[in-house]
Amino acid sequence: MSKRIVYREWLIQPERYWGLLAVLAAIIAIGGASALYMEHEGHWVTGMTNSVVWGLPHVFAVFLIVAASGALNVASIGTVFNKPAYKPLGRLSGLLAAGLLVGGLLVLVLDLGRPDRLVVAMTTYNFSSIFAWNIFLYTGFLAITIGYLWTMAERKGNYLQRPVGVFAFLWRLALTTGTGSIFGFLVGRTAYDTAVLAPMFVVMSFAYGLAIYMLVLMTSFEWDGRPIGPKILKRLKDLLGLFVGAVLYFTIVYHLTNLYGAKNTDFEAFLLANGGIYTLMFWGGWVLVGGLLPLGIIYHPRLGKDRNWIATACALVIAGGLAAMYVVIIGSQAFPLEMFPGKTVLAFGAPGDVGGAVAPYTPTLPELLLGIGGVGVAMLIVSVGIRVLQFLPESLSDKEMDGLAEAV
Amino acid sequence: MSREPDRQVNQDRRRFMGAAAGAVAGSAGGVGALAVGALGYTAADDAAAAPRTEPVSDRHRWGMFVDTAKCAEGCTACVDACDQENGLNLQAEPHGSNEAKWQNQRAVWIRKVKLQDKTSGHVTNLPLMCQHCEHPPCVDVCPTGASFKRADGIVMVDRHTCIGCRYCMMACPYKARSFIHEQVDQKLTRAPRGMGCVESCNLCAHRLDEGSASTACADACAAEGHHAIVFGDLKDPTSAVRQAMAKQPSRQIREDLELNTGVRYAGI
Repeated sequence: MSKRIVYREWLIQPERYWGLLAVLAAIIAIGGASALYMEHEGHWVTGMTNSVVWGLPHVFAVFLIVAASGALNVASIGTVFNKPAYKPLGRLSGLLAAGLLVGGLLVLVLDLGRPDRLVVAMTTYNFSSIFAWNIFLYTGFLAITIGYLWTMAERKGNYLQRPVGVFAFLWRLALTTGTGSIFGFLVGRTAYDTAVLAPMFVVMSFAYGLAIYMLVLMTSFEWDGRPIGPKILKRLKDLLGLFVGAVLYFTIVYHLTNLYGAKNTDFEAFLLANGGIYTLMFWGGWVLVGGLLPLGIIYHPRLGKDRNWIATACALVIAGGLAAMYVVIIGSQAFPLEMFPGKTVLAFGAPGDVGGAVAPYTPTLPELLLGIGGVGVAMLIVSVGIRVLQFLPESLSDKEMDGLAEAV
Repeated sequence: MSREPDRQVNQDRRRFMGAAAGAVAGSAGGVGALAVGALGYTAADDAAAAPRTEPVSDRHRWGMFVDTAKCAEGCTACVDACDQENGLNLQAEPHGSNEAKWQNQRAVWIRKVKLQDKTSGHVTNLPLMCQHCEHPPCVDVCPTGASFKRADGIVMVDRHTCIGCRYCMMACPYKARSFIHEQVDQKLTRAPRGMGCVESCNLCAHRLDEGSASTACADACAAEGHHAIVFGDLKDPTSAVRQAMAKQPSRQIREDLELNTGVRYAGI
């Protein structure tokens, strides 16, 4: 007799629930107002220029989209790789993935020069552009995730769970590969002209998606007084450790690949040694905060068992992930395009026009608020979802988990 | 010649990566996308539709030859002429903008670049604009097909379908493109301009479409007596540009990318 998993709506007190919604609504409203301001005035009110054309909104958008595909992994582990312990986690995984994707896409769209022309983007395609492909990958991901959620929640659809799960897993791999390829195929830019970016984005998505998933899971359970047993927590944090380690590995491969190509040594010197804020973001954010520190916590004999410390490790992975996106997206635009090898650029257009030198970029407040607004949208979708529908299992205690393992 | 195999490999690699991306995307249900695509694919088809009675044809390929030895230090005649011709001088710095940042935000179609050889110390001046590639990366990456190449080789932006994503600016190896960061109050009919779209040098397409085979920058350079910029039809062996190119060796900027640019330089 297999043990049934009982799911329940999020039962926190109404004051707390509505308070949370009010805070999220305020964050979203501020983000929306920022977008409106930027669209009305034009992008001159941002830090973006003709040199650094994608700014902080892209950092948030790409992070959220990458994390979205990673968040779905937890469900995949349950259905595709048949790990019974992950089965009760699947529904939240799907919901979070959908929420993060919607949040990321909103930021991306609202940062367009002409967001009012979204319908043009949806009806006119150039299929040699990976961007055009991504429009299908993103909308398809949403549709598949919703279908996947249905197979998990509706008993009549249960038999489809595995095929749909496998399909969703393959689709999410394609999605992150596509997102990484947005950068990987830019032959003109030193930092991007490498195929290793696509798999690196896949591994990053595993880590960032899982870190967000764990934080959301722990917070929602904590607020509702539902138990998470040490066993499942250990599984999740060990998995996070593995993914964070893999991100570090790919980071090394990426830089070694660049260093091997002699023409890229200037760029590597810029990132690793003399790039100012980008060097700081790389070593301090990407490597230390997003890699070594969380690894240290996760594998620490005592801290690795403490759930507050595990939550801290998740938060660090997220912060490090944002720093990594900042370095990948903005650092490589700030680095000058190498047009004239062997020559020093003495002048490039009128004074102030940047070429042959590191381009300055200072993000402005509206950019940051728009990005945070996207996070707010994702969290709002998750909060409402788990409140009105049965997404969260009643208990993840060790006893419950043992029952699941025996049942298979 | 020794570089030939290298180039071959480079092109092959690019093709492979493109195919691989297609395969990855396709494997996860790109079938549906293709079906929709078959219905929605209109991009770049309009490329040949010129506003004049006769469509633009590929009988010509417009391009330029720049003799850097003739490009005078301190002279900005080409830049000034372009600004006038295409209404770039009408751009107004938004109130409250930071001057230094604005210089990097306003639209620029052509700029004077001054280089110094790291070994010899030799100084070179040259005008840099959209290189009108035969295989333009900006056209490849544009999601809506707004960035397109005309049959006569001119690379430009369809301002009706540009959504302002700026991916073309990421892809361009020459920093040739500008995003309109501010509200536009004044503009010329021949060079419409709108906030939130991307634009760049179009080899004075309006002149060509009126039947005049010249650009403002080349004319201004000649008027100054320098004749550093020669404009013309790269497909016509008797054209001034081909004649000038036949006389001395020239090369493309970022030749390694094999974009077959329509603008060639001597002396770099």
